Amino acid sequence: MFARLRGDFPILDVRIGESPLSYLDSGATSQKPQCVIDTFTEYFQQRNSAVHRGAHSLAVEATDAFENGRIAVAGLVGGKPEQVCWTKNATEALNVVALGIDRASRGFGGEAAQRFALGPEDSIVITEMEHHANLVPWQQLAASTGAQLRWLPVTDSGELDMTDLESIVDETTKVFAFTHVSNVLGTINPVDTLVARAREVGAYVVLDACQSVPHMPVDFVGLDVDFAAFSAHKALGPTGLGVLWGKSELLDALPPVLTGGSMITTVSMDQTEFMPAPQRFEAGTQPVAEVAAFATAVGYLAEVGLEEIFAHERELGRLLLDGIAEIPGIRVLGSAPERIGTVAFDVDGVHAHDVGQFLDSQGVAVRVGHHCAQPLHRRFGVTASTRASTYLYNNAEDCDRFLSALAEVRPFFGVAQEGE
Amino acid sequence: MSTQMQQLYQQVILDQSRARIGNSALLGEKVDGPHGYSHQVNPTCGDEIELETELTGNGRVAVRWRGDGCSISMASASVLSELAGENSVEEMLVIESAFHELMHSRGTMEADESVLGDAAAFSGVSKFPARIKCALLSWMAFKDALNQAQAAREEKHHA
Repeated sequence: MFARLRGDFPILDVRIGESPLSYLDSGATSQKPQCVIDTFTEYFQQRNSAVHRGAHSLAVEATDAFENGRIAVAGLVGGKPEQVCWTKNATEALNVVALGIDRASRGFGGEAAQRFALGPEDSIVITEMEHHANLVPWQQLAASTGAQLRWLPVTDSGELDMTDLESIVDETTKVFAFTHVSNVLGTINPVDTLVARAREVGAYVVLDACQSVPHMPVDFVGLDVDFAAFSAHKALGPTGLGVLWGKSELLDALPPVLTGGSMITTVSMDQTEFMPAPQRFEAGTQPVAEVAAFATAVGYLAEVGLEEIFAHERELGRLLLDGIAEIPGIRVLGSAPERIGTVAFDVDGVHAHDVGQFLDSQGVAVRVGHHCAQPLHRRFGVTASTRASTYLYNNAEDCDRFLSALAEVRPFFGVAQEGE
Repeated sequence: MSTQMQQLYQQVILDQSRARIGNSALLGEKVDGPHGYSHQVNPTCGDEIELETELTGNGRVAVRWRGDGCSISMASASVLSELAGENSVEEMLVIESAFHELMHSRGTMEADESVLGDAAAFSGVSKFPARIKCALLSWMAFKDALNQAQAAREEKHHA
């Protein structure tokens, strides 16, 4: 099946100079199958209209396409369609939660929102392995409310250090925000243990699911998280679309950040009543074609099967790790056994930018830099790393081409030692 | 090996990235002559450089820097420091301007070696938009720090 589905992704036929493309940068953004591209085009050719208004036939079709997207996503990650709110991207989804709590802390949202209110007596807990998108908004919230920001450290093996979990997440903790899977290390975090601790102290759990939802079966209801965020473009869908998922009673109580059209029940000249979720978080015209295309992407993922995708990428990740171990002078960041097919590494004597440039000259696309996780890189004593990340369309040949190019890097830059 | 790679990573660049001429401890306020300091960061990769200039009285400018970055950025800082040892301040400004123009040429310009010296080796970089900032990082720091040193000299002059 996995060999056959490569044909669904037209971009894999692109050549990079004289080389075929081995795309190992899906952790940054995924490629799109033809069916997703077709849905996007067909929407504008046949269904384009304004949603949730107008009585004409096209408006009904557009509204259906938009709302069916919610049904598809709820089918993928659990919960009811109204628990799925559209945002611009996952970063915005996380900001909607952090800024909503900030507004609640300032008295917005009335009685219902007071459950979220934070003050100097409270703490927010994150982890040292967060993407900046699940770090900076909480830092901002702490600065704004006076709450204390704490974090779980990361071990040498690239896992969360649970030694002091009970003292870091304590009775003062109101928000516990962490990533399901590290975008750098590929480590899968023990969500169950972390949620259990949050429940003991009554903290709200915010899960960054950007690197889990596209690559493995995820059930937000089963995980019992309060809020979760992920993006469409990392899961075969288009850019410009993110998902904020939440428990209904919490979404309905969280003050909206963006206000205006489409999110209100009644407006008078001196006050406004907001709609319940999801509309309360969807002010203004929405990315309807993107939602329609993402629904197709979700259908595609379901058809292939997330269990199968997870197993396939695990196998590719194994090939990458075993192959890298054979090449002198390469240090893999983290060694967690529970992981997806993502591997970040440091090449002794060669900067990540140069590594990426060299691999690109042989058609191998990887990510270089700090991957929006500067504190995590600092933890491993580097400013930048090179990251290879796999997806369902990658195969063993991609891994082989990556590994043989990687083996040439240190000799090319003249840093390989005699006898290596 | 592709020709583009060889154009990008010329031997001069690989050698200079290891030589790191001018890479030394910064002296800060300990220097006598008019001096300047600049800290530049490339936000896409986190690379950074701190660079000091000191007007040495013989019409020259001494350059000291420390930083961490890719071979292009390190080689560029090294070549800059070497050129500063061989050229007057006025000549360095001409080189800076020519280098800036070369980097933004998208590979359409012939590098003038008589002006640029070893910095001409970076002409291949201009074909790689993602790497232009790497080559320019130390030069931006140099220009900024030199402006400060010159302003400090003016101030001293008028004092």
